[in-house]
Amino acid sequence: MKRSRRQFLKVASLSVLGLSTQLATGGIVNAAETGEQYQATENGLHAGRWAMVIDTRAFETPEDFAACINACHKAHNVPHIPNKQEVKWLWTDKYEHVFPEQENNHMSEALEKRDFLLLCNHCENPPCVRVCPTKATYKRADGIVAMDYHRCIGCRFCMAGCPYGARSFNFGNPRDYIDMAEINPEFPTRMRGVVEKCNFCVERLAKGLMPACVEAAEGKIFFGDLTDPESEVRKVLAENFTIRRKPAVGTQPGVYYII
Amino acid sequence: MIEKVLKGSPKFYVWIAFLGAIIGLGAFTYLFQMKYGLAITGMSRDVSWGFYIAQFTYLVGVAASAVMLVLPAYFHHYKKFKKMIIFGEFMAIGAVLMCMLFIMADLGQPQRALNVMLHPTPNSVMFYDMMVLMGYLVLNAVIGWVTLECERHDVAPPKWIKPMIYLSIIWAFSIHTVTAFLYSGLPGRHYFLTAIMAARFLSSAFCAGPSILLLLLFVVRKVTDFNPGKEAVQTLTKIITYAMAINVFFFLLEVFTALYSGIPGHAHPLSYLFAGHDGHAAWITGFMWVGAILALLSLALLIPPSLRDNENLLPWSLAILVLATWIDKGLGLIIGGFTPNVFETVTVYTPTVPELLISLGIFGVGALVVSILWKIALDVKKEAGTL
Repeated sequence: MKRSRRQFLKVASLSVLGLSTQLATGGIVNAAETGEQYQATENGLHAGRWAMVIDTRAFETPEDFAACINACHKAHNVPHIPNKQEVKWLWTDKYEHVFPEQENNHMSEALEKRDFLLLCNHCENPPCVRVCPTKATYKRADGIVAMDYHRCIGCRFCMAGCPYGARSFNFGNPRDYIDMAEINPEFPTRMRGVVEKCNFCVERLAKGLMPACVEAAEGKIFFGDLTDPESEVRKVLAENFTIRRKPAVGTQPGVYYII
Repeated sequence: MIEKVLKGSPKFYVWIAFLGAIIGLGAFTYLFQMKYGLAITGMSRDVSWGFYIAQFTYLVGVAASAVMLVLPAYFHHYKKFKKMIIFGEFMAIGAVLMCMLFIMADLGQPQRALNVMLHPTPNSVMFYDMMVLMGYLVLNAVIGWVTLECERHDVAPPKWIKPMIYLSIIWAFSIHTVTAFLYSGLPGRHYFLTAIMAARFLSSAFCAGPSILLLLLFVVRKVTDFNPGKEAVQTLTKIITYAMAINVFFFLLEVFTALYSGIPGHAHPLSYLFAGHDGHAAWITGFMWVGAILALLSLALLIPPSLRDNENLLPWSLAILVLATWIDKGLGLIIGGFTPNVFETVTVYTPTVPELLISLGIFGVGALVVSILWKIALDVKKEAGTL
């Protein structure tokens, strides 16, 4: 009796082990298979390093900013949350807050009053990617810092790590703050408890479209490949004085500002 | 040995029931957080870590502090500590469990927590933090349980336990160093970005942790026949005093660098914590000043031998020390790190009532675990005649 029970347990535990191993490894194999099904579209845009140059002189009226911000937030179903737990991908602030420790005395009135667009800098050395414990945020080969909303555990280490305040956390359910009748079905809405931020419109680039804000800015924002000496961004950078946010922290932002 | 929990005095069970009520309250409040998310907390886009992470940080220190008993006992063969060690190890278990619960309470998607192991990311300090905390839990549980079991049977502990104990000594330093690295490697947070962070964490842990241990042991001494021994208490108090002096010294080093260099970003968090902003004191300002005064007061009460060895005064001195270090690390650290924010503007963070109730529940869990483990240790020691 004792022996047979022992034997039964042996067989049973081995079977469970075998089954679970098969399930586990099968999952890995299948994941690899599905990964290969994704193919870049033929007319997608590619770059060695995507970068953005914002001509801050060209933005004059609040409508200029609103056009870009609305285009972005609409394209990505960004909720409008009217409190400190807000979510924003693209927004504006004054010089002293955008470029702290770079401000000067007696600046021109125009510069002091000017608003500046803020977004994720898609850094060359992104601290958010460095600190993320699950690789939910990662850097693509083309320089875009992207996010996997389904892997994010919501620890917000990336928000502490980002020196630019580019990241937002969904403290509550973001869908409560989106007009579900108006959503863009091409881009997923997010769930509660994950971090999100600007993605340089990676989904539009894949389809051959420029980022939503670049399109809405009508020439006030330049976007292109930093590694291509013939690209528009390189020309604009060569011809204008530009600065980037917080150069001292060594992140090498991909967003440049013409002052 | 677990059966010892089943035989206790009515007072013990009243205490357990009381803790159960606190845990229940916390768990009930957590249901709201499960339903509405972290929106029920006072955290915001600008202050994205708050009370939970602060308590986690403080408790890692409490967990690590067990080493202040183990190190003298095993590296210096200071036998007087041997009697207390088991209580330090068991307190560390409670503290690590609370750390883990605070992390879970802080996650936006707690059901995905195991992604940290499923997708191991060696460039993230949080990955290492999870590993070292789990390792420390296992080390303390195994060491504590095995040595107690041997004490019960009046046999020498197995040989393999010694290397584990040595490992746990180094491990204790590592858990709090790694926790400090969570903060001190962040480029945009002036208050965190300091090479001395790990040293500050360790010094504050090595005074606060043993103080909490002693305070709890004084309670045990009152309700049971256990006595940690006069000399052991005095030695541990000396260690506490040195650690607190170093802790205060390290903090003053921070203050000097921040203020004398005159670099605005370095000075802003300190001026926010101690002076508020735009001419208004923040709610934290009062706490910070009280904390600073209590820190100095605790030193004044602990440094002179006549006051330090006064057994009636000692519990007060230690309680003052614990409060001072808690304000520094359990409140000021996180708030100073996130205020002013990366735009050099101020977003005020105030923990909400649900946040505090959930935290209270987690503290209740820790107290329950420590109560049960200590009860086992006390009963085993009583039986073995080693009380």
